[in-house]
Amino acid sequence: MSLMGEVNKFRKRRAGEVDEGPQTTEFLTIVVNGQMFGIPVLQVQDVLRQQSVTRVPLAPPEVAGALNLRGRIVTAINVRCRLGLPDMDEGTKTMSVVVEHEHELYSLIIDKVGDVLSMKNEDFESVPPTLDPAWRDIANGIFRLENQLMVVVDVARLLRHSVH
Amino acid sequence: MDDLIVEFLTETNESLAAIDVQLVNLEQNPNDKNLLGSIFRLMHTIKGTCGFLGLPRLETVAHRAENVMGRFRDGSLEVTPDYVTLIFESIDRIKYIIGELEANGKEPDGADTDLIEKLDAVFEGRDLPQKSAAPAAEVPKPAAPVDPLQAIWDSIPAPADPIAAALSIPSQNDSKPAAPEAPAPVAAAPAAKPAEAPKASAKEEDHTAKESSVANQTLRVNVDVLENLMTLVSEMVLTRNQLLQIMRTSKESEFAAPLQRLNHVVSDLQEGVMKTRMQPIGAAWSKLPRIIRDLSHELGKKIELVMIGEETELDRQVLDLIKDPLTHMVRNSGDHGIEKPADRQMAGKPETGKIILRAFHEGGHIIIEIKDDGRGLNTARIKAKAIEKGIATADELANMTDKQIHQFIFDAGFSTAEKITSVSGRGVGMDVVRTNIEKIGGTIDLTSEEGKGSTFTIKIPLTLAIVSGLIVEAAGERYAIPQLSVQELVLASDKGDNRIEYINGTPIFRLRNHLLPLVSLQKLLKLPDAPSKVVAKNGNRGGNANNRYIVVTKVGGYVFGIIVDRVFDTEEIVVKPVAKMLSHIELFSGNTILGDGSVIMILDPGGIAKSTGEISVASAAKEEEEVDNRSRSGTKTSLLLFATGDSMPKAVPLSLVARLEDIDVTKIEASNGQMLIQYRGSLMPLIKFHPDMPMKKEGTQPTLVFSDGTRSMGLMVCDIIDIVEDYINVQITSDRPGFLGSSIIRGNATDIIDVGYYLKGAYKDWFKDHGDEDFDREDMKRLRRVLIVDDSPFFRNMLTPLLSVAGYEVTAAESPIRALEMQEAGEEFDIIISDIEMPEMSGFEFAQTVRNKPGCWKDTPMVALTSHATQNDIDRGREVGFSKYVAKFDRDTLLNTLSQTLAERKHSVAGGAA
Repeated sequence: MSLMGEVNKFRKRRAGEVDEGPQTTEFLTIVVNGQMFGIPVLQVQDVLRQQSVTRVPLAPPEVAGALNLRGRIVTAINVRCRLGLPDMDEGTKTMSVVVEHEHELYSLIIDKVGDVLSMKNEDFESVPPTLDPAWRDIANGIFRLENQLMVVVDVARLLRHSVH
Repeated sequence: MDDLIVEFLTETNESLAAIDVQLVNLEQNPNDKNLLGSIFRLMHTIKGTCGFLGLPRLETVAHRAENVMGRFRDGSLEVTPDYVTLIFESIDRIKYIIGELEANGKEPDGADTDLIEKLDAVFEGRDLPQKSAAPAAEVPKPAAPVDPLQAIWDSIPAPADPIAAALSIPSQNDSKPAAPEAPAPVAAAPAAKPAEAPKASAKEEDHTAKESSVANQTLRVNVDVLENLMTLVSEMVLTRNQLLQIMRTSKESEFAAPLQRLNHVVSDLQEGVMKTRMQPIGAAWSKLPRIIRDLSHELGKKIELVMIGEETELDRQVLDLIKDPLTHMVRNSGDHGIEKPADRQMAGKPETGKIILRAFHEGGHIIIEIKDDGRGLNTARIKAKAIEKGIATADELANMTDKQIHQFIFDAGFSTAEKITSVSGRGVGMDVVRTNIEKIGGTIDLTSEEGKGSTFTIKIPLTLAIVSGLIVEAAGERYAIPQLSVQELVLASDKGDNRIEYINGTPIFRLRNHLLPLVSLQKLLKLPDAPSKVVAKNGNRGGNANNRYIVVTKVGGYVFGIIVDRVFDTEEIVVKPVAKMLSHIELFSGNTILGDGSVIMILDPGGIAKSTGEISVASAAKEEEEVDNRSRSGTKTSLLLFATGDSMPKAVPLSLVARLEDIDVTKIEASNGQMLIQYRGSLMPLIKFHPDMPMKKEGTQPTLVFSDGTRSMGLMVCDIIDIVEDYINVQITSDRPGFLGSSIIRGNATDIIDVGYYLKGAYKDWFKDHGDEDFDREDMKRLRRVLIVDDSPFFRNMLTPLLSVAGYEVTAAESPIRALEMQEAGEEFDIIISDIEMPEMSGFEFAQTVRNKPGCWKDTPMVALTSHATQNDIDRGREVGFSKYVAKFDRDTLLNTLSQTLAERKHSVAGGAA
């Protein structure tokens, strides 16, 4: 590899703050409104089918409710709402990905879950500044796949908005 | 053995065991500052504790050893192996004494003069010439050449022990083997040691055997371990509940029996683990005597702190949370409450002020009372402050009772610092105290009387970990309300008496003649109508959908109703904190998982009260005041208003009415010109309010039922108007039979009816047993006023209507103290009926006090009421001023006695006047 290539890679890594150790990072891919997202696989605790949730009145709009996951109470977040997207048609099945954040469990309700992909760090790009602010807020960067792009979700930021 | 000593022994044994391990290091490294420090601290602790426990021998040893250790610690004395030995010796001696103490419950006889002498010598430096000169200079020289074996012997530990060797190994090693062989003339100090050492070690052996007896009974466990255990047990309880829920739905299962067993074991386990978290409340009080002592010195006051119920146990977590509020409040009592001795004397009180701290269990709660006999709250100052702070206007204050005004001290911004006294507060206001107590689901109440003192009452749950929750539903969603704050449940229908009324859209409910502010849970939580409810409205269940439940909830002194659609049962719930994302929602105190596995939000009644408008404690206090008033029918009376076909509404005291009935007119029978109806299995005479009153041809006729024992009669009226609470002030007396007179009630002239007249109309002999010879018209104009003093609400409730029916105006007091307050307030009665056995003050003392106080009650006849009267009691009663003695359950005698006593008195007064 040329020297320039090395430098570029280094730059990209720095910009994305992706795990700098290995050459690849594994992501669980999810789909929201036709767009593919990736959540670092190490952050994923569980993948659930549609669950009935207990509504929490007066909560922020993106909080869908609370559910019981093996004796732990999990707060469900409607990712579509968080991204400013319309809800899915009623009756459409959803799925959720459970992540842990500051010792609390959150279930991210999304349209569907895809495969786990191993991404080469060199395919990483930073978030284009032209993206919708709500999207830019939760995105860590973008991976170039062969025929589509995958937005890397920053879980902490996704939840932080709701916390405050 | 004293608990304190046991605790001391356990602790000391633990520390000694820890030090044993370290002592080995001390030999190798005599100047280890940490080790010296910890031995010093141990000695210091033992010394201090022994002084307190009264163990002089142990104290002396520890004290002298501490002296020496002190010199080591500050570096003024170098630690030599000799000294290390001396420390060993002291520790061994302490172990020995402790062993004996443990075995026999007292210190062994004998003294430790030898050891003390040595320790003192070292401390005072008297040993120096001997030691530094003798062992260092003389001993090595003769010892080494004299015995070549000894030289070899010396060399063995040397490599292992370089520091000791470098310092003064000769003296130490020399003395050990040398002493038994040939008593060296060297030093008195080392010579004593070998003799002592075997003795000490022998003692130690049998001491270690005994040690286990006390030490093994308690075990120190890290609090985190307990907390963790508690969390696990809580989870287990939840899982068990889930299993039980599943069991309920499945009929026959082989799991049933083992599950039952599991159920019990888990319950026991839960209780057991809870117990490990329980601590006596005394732990939170331990600092108070000192605080009060300091405070009294600082302020030049004489204060006595009395603590009752220190052994009352409560959860550690709760204990931690109330420690600071309690300390603050006790300090407040001493600071602001108790006056200076001179002021107290002027007020006619003993110089020494008293603060009584009392704790006791009541249901699932612990009640803590902080009572002082100081000056009480200065109502005028609080008023001024409230106006100054803009909390209330002068107009508002003018309409408030003292109790309402006192509640202002709990308001935020009502700093205690500038309140009442010159001594400043400590940065925590009473509002913080209240917030802290309410945070753990507790309540705080205050009563105060100027010049007499104040009482704060704190009510807190025993534990926070597992609470009982009432499961309710609103708009198809379930919520839990902590059972602690639920007072009662009321079913409200859309129609009829139990309906929810609206003022400008705000729901309000009449609960026993009081307006209960309501909040709709659905509206509060901004919930849309649930689909299920819409279905119900549209058809099938019809009327049922209109029924709603009101959860009467109490927060502090504020009572309000929460409207819910349905009420399920109560369930034990483990409160889990809500996610951070949701923690800003005040209405929830947490969430939990129910037996069926679903997540449910736990409502926070305090948050609800707050969010439904500024919670006004003042209005809550007023509410309570009114409750007080209700028990005194002499001041305000609940009246039933009804119409009888003419323009004037009629009123009758509600307490006289047993029931209100709608009587089906077709069921009315007539016998001998008397209307009758079959009522509750017997015939009840009915009379029309007045003979010309129009009767309905069909349908129902509203009827007031009066009842006395087995007899009832019905008084038919045209319409029941309302129930109001008002003063009866008969302005125009009436000569018409059946009327007492007219009074203005709710702005309308209203006839007050004479129930006695109608009762006699139904049963000629209604008052036969009640001594109605005194029941003349004269008396009816001014009712005879009776004061009942009885601590039992049952008897008060029983006697009040009984005597009311018999034509007396009844005032009930729940304690002699309350009665004496009435006396001071200048209230007058014609006769006083008092119970004998009452807490706080017996009937005898009460009578004596009444008789000895100059004033209007001096000559009021008093009748004693008791459940068991012996001749002795009767004699004693006469002596202290009771005119008559009546058994508690003997109603007829009581009524006879009352009328007789009053008649006698009337005659004697009349005679005296003539």
